[in-house]
Amino acid sequence: MHRLLPLLPAVPLLGAGLLVAGGRHVPRPVAEAFACVAAATTAALAIVLLPHSSPPLVEWVGGWFPKGGESVGIVLLGDGVSLGLVALVSLITLAALAYSWHYFDEPPRGHAGTFPALILLFQGGMCGFAIAGDLFNLFVFFELMSVVAYALTGYRIDEARAVQGGVTFGVVNSLGAYFMLMGIALLYARTGELAMAKIGHGLDAAAAHHGPDALALAGFVMVLTGLLVKAAAVPFQFWLPDAHAVAPTPVCMLLSGVMVELGAYGVWRVYGTVFSGPGGVPAADASRALVVLGVLTGAVGSVMCWYQRHIKRLLAFSTIAHTGLFLVGIGVLKAEADDGTALYILGHAGVKAALFACAGILLDRYGSVDELYLHGRARRLRGVGVMFAVGALALAGLPPFGTGLGKAVSEEAVGGPLTVLYVAASALTGAAVLRVAARVFLGLGPRPEEGDGEESDEDETSGADEEPETQKRLNHVPLPMVAVPAVLLAAALVVGAVPGFADMVGHAVEAAGTWGVFSSVHWTATGVLLDLLSTLLAVGLAMVAVTRPGLLGAPGWALPLRRLQSGHVGDYVAWLLVGTALLGALALPGVLG
Amino acid sequence: MNPRTRLWLVVLGGGGLAALLVAACLRLPVFGGPWHPYGDRAVRAALARHTANTVASVNFDQRAFDTMGEMTILFGAVLGCVVLLRQARDEHRDPPAPCEVAAPVRRYALIVLPVALVTGLYVIAHGQLSPGGGFQGGVVAATALHLMYLGADYAALERIRPIEAYEIGDALSASAYLVLGFAGVLAGSAFLANTLLPYGTFNMLSSGGTVPLLNAAIGMEVACAVVVLLARFLDQAVEIEEGSGE
Amino acid sequence: MTAVMHVLPYLVAAYVFLVGAYGLATSRNLIHAVGCLAVCQSATYVLLLAVGYRDGGTAPVFSDIRPGSRPVVDPVVQALTLTDIVVGATVTALLLALTVQIAKRHGTVDPDELRELRG
Repeated sequence: MHRLLPLLPAVPLLGAGLLVAGGRHVPRPVAEAFACVAAATTAALAIVLLPHSSPPLVEWVGGWFPKGGESVGIVLLGDGVSLGLVALVSLITLAALAYSWHYFDEPPRGHAGTFPALILLFQGGMCGFAIAGDLFNLFVFFELMSVVAYALTGYRIDEARAVQGGVTFGVVNSLGAYFMLMGIALLYARTGELAMAKIGHGLDAAAAHHGPDALALAGFVMVLTGLLVKAAAVPFQFWLPDAHAVAPTPVCMLLSGVMVELGAYGVWRVYGTVFSGPGGVPAADASRALVVLGVLTGAVGSVMCWYQRHIKRLLAFSTIAHTGLFLVGIGVLKAEADDGTALYILGHAGVKAALFACAGILLDRYGSVDELYLHGRARRLRGVGVMFAVGALALAGLPPFGTGLGKAVSEEAVGGPLTVLYVAASALTGAAVLRVAARVFLGLGPRPEEGDGEESDEDETSGADEEPETQKRLNHVPLPMVAVPAVLLAAALVVGAVPGFADMVGHAVEAAGTWGVFSSVHWTATGVLLDLLSTLLAVGLAMVAVTRPGLLGAPGWALPLRRLQSGHVGDYVAWLLVGTALLGALALPGVLG
Repeated sequence: MNPRTRLWLVVLGGGGLAALLVAACLRLPVFGGPWHPYGDRAVRAALARHTANTVASVNFDQRAFDTMGEMTILFGAVLGCVVLLRQARDEHRDPPAPCEVAAPVRRYALIVLPVALVTGLYVIAHGQLSPGGGFQGGVVAATALHLMYLGADYAALERIRPIEAYEIGDALSASAYLVLGFAGVLAGSAFLANTLLPYGTFNMLSSGGTVPLLNAAIGMEVACAVVVLLARFLDQAVEIEEGSGE
Repeated sequence: MTAVMHVLPYLVAAYVFLVGAYGLATSRNLIHAVGCLAVCQSATYVLLLAVGYRDGGTAPVFSDIRPGSRPVVDPVVQALTLTDIVVGATVTALLLALTVQIAKRHGTVDPDELRELRG
């Protein structure tokens, strides 16, 4: 079975190559069907391999199996987590392809297959990243998914915002990647190896006499900076709203649903495999660094989410808030929290992709994603409205959605004051989305005055006057565009509601993890109560916001925070440097002591 | 944020980063030291497979999977540029007028063009033996064609570079690399395994097993990719004009 | 070699990286910013190649030297650097393509003048 591991990235990549070679000579439906087949094949392959992943599948590409414990090849890891992520990536890719089926405008003309080919390359990059067991190989696939994502983000070149978001995304993420490569070079100098497990052993052996030193710390900080940029942790997060607000909807589904989470996965993988030994960074310090950044990310993401009126930007900030929760879950370094985070990521991917899909329908139908402009205009889209509201409740953690279960299990694992963060962040982001649903689809609350968008300060991005992504503005909503979010929400429900699924995920995560075994994953009374609490809070906040807009309007103290999101690439780079220094400072005590 | 605040942030963050990097550099093994375990193993493995250029052996045999990713990055970037530098809705194409080229420039370009092209192909073909290979040779070969732009004019360049053919060539050679990888699995060995062909005689053109084949696929991919990339940028500079035309 | 030479190449890499980052943060022109990004990346080349150097070493190519007759530098970092160069070239190309479109849509390539996407 392990022989098939390299095919997980290779199948979509080959699909993309053939699609570009032959795409222009076939009708568009054929090209799109071919892309769907390639994505589905990868998903099927991952699902077939999953039952064989304990003990983890290990493959040395090119047959370079170690002799005497040493190899010159590249190792791939197929454990429950990496294969599960490949399956998730492939299924969300399939959803994005289905969503763009036929209706999505795909320039350039005469190049049928270019857009699906780019999506397949994106999928291939993410799959390769998930199964990488070699640090440099991880970097290569990190770059592959980044490069394709820049192009996809700037896809709508006729829009000023799209190209600006694309450049910001590209500069910040590439700089993050070079940080990571500097770190890899430092680690290679110290250990003379590139396979992650071998680097870990090398660090331990080198530190046998004196414990971790500045070199190990620098490797940790540099490699994690790259991954945290991808995971959009504060203060590396600024690129994400700018990119997600402007990328085409199917691309947003992939960016928000899986790519950002892969950054968090990378942190989990790299810390667990490379730095968790005595020569790496002591657990207490790594935990401090990740939890502090996670809490900041959760707080900043949810507050910013609340004050958005551009719906896609609002969803993007909610992704930041949730990534913060994932980082806290990973950062406490407990098996139980890993289980919770894995379930949370699965549920969140389905819910967030569905919400973006609904926002895309609004864009294509009304040419706007502005909450105030759309007030009451989408009353006729009842089905979409219901899905949007259900998605909002699931985001707030309504049982028995997968998001609710993941949140409950994580809360129990992290315990104490961090529980408050989980409840607050999910309530606030859920409330923001619910508020949009109530205003846009029901027309509740006072109608915002016309011209409100003009006189409001320049420190916000409105979502009015966007170009639809379809060839012409839709008069009715085509079936695939509605079916995709429905299926995604149902899948998020399955994650939490089907008995046994959560346990399966838990076992897979523990078999792959570093922190030993935790017994079983299931709903508890406390978990359900906390989930209901955050859902009720979300509903309450949304109601107040809709009926009394003045009460929860943007107060003065939030303005400096919003001004930081300036759209200026130099600012973002400056924050990236500060973030690196902060990460180093947080992890420093273990090295000094 | 005003430039002053930004500068303070840069000083703060950059200062911390500088301290960290300097501390790390002082702990690094001494520059030029003898300890390179992975490198030593790579040299032995390359010689065992009769590949004289060890770097080529690392790129196309030992770590051929990295090269697969690298090649797809290039492929994806070319595809991305085709998308990003397309003709926007409010633009039209305006074929450039032919222009005079000074006679010495024309003579020089036309003499050097074939030489540069052959050099590029030579560098690709000898990738497994001498420094160079698909990436380096591909770039040389692709830029050689553009001497036509200098020596004649844009229309002449467009005649020798039917862009669609190069786009398809790019995709096909990228696919060829992947297919060679699949061949390893189908033959019962591993993905991208260099066990399909005999390793040949050391230091001969046919040595190294599948290394020359992968190297050739990369050479073609890079040459096509660079041609398409440059074509997209040149189109923007030379042909595509703002305004809807008429 | 003196003690300074033992670390100087590494320090050069760190310096180049920081200079690139400084340029990127303070850039007034996106084309210049893309160049600064390339400077940061050059630092990774310098560091990788410095890490792989061996005193008295020559290129790890055996078409004209007998294996074992001379020390050779680490071929792995050279392969990594090659990959890195290709990645850098593609990123530069894509970012410049986006910059071309920014110049058309916004009429400027000064990051201070780009006024969309705030808050």
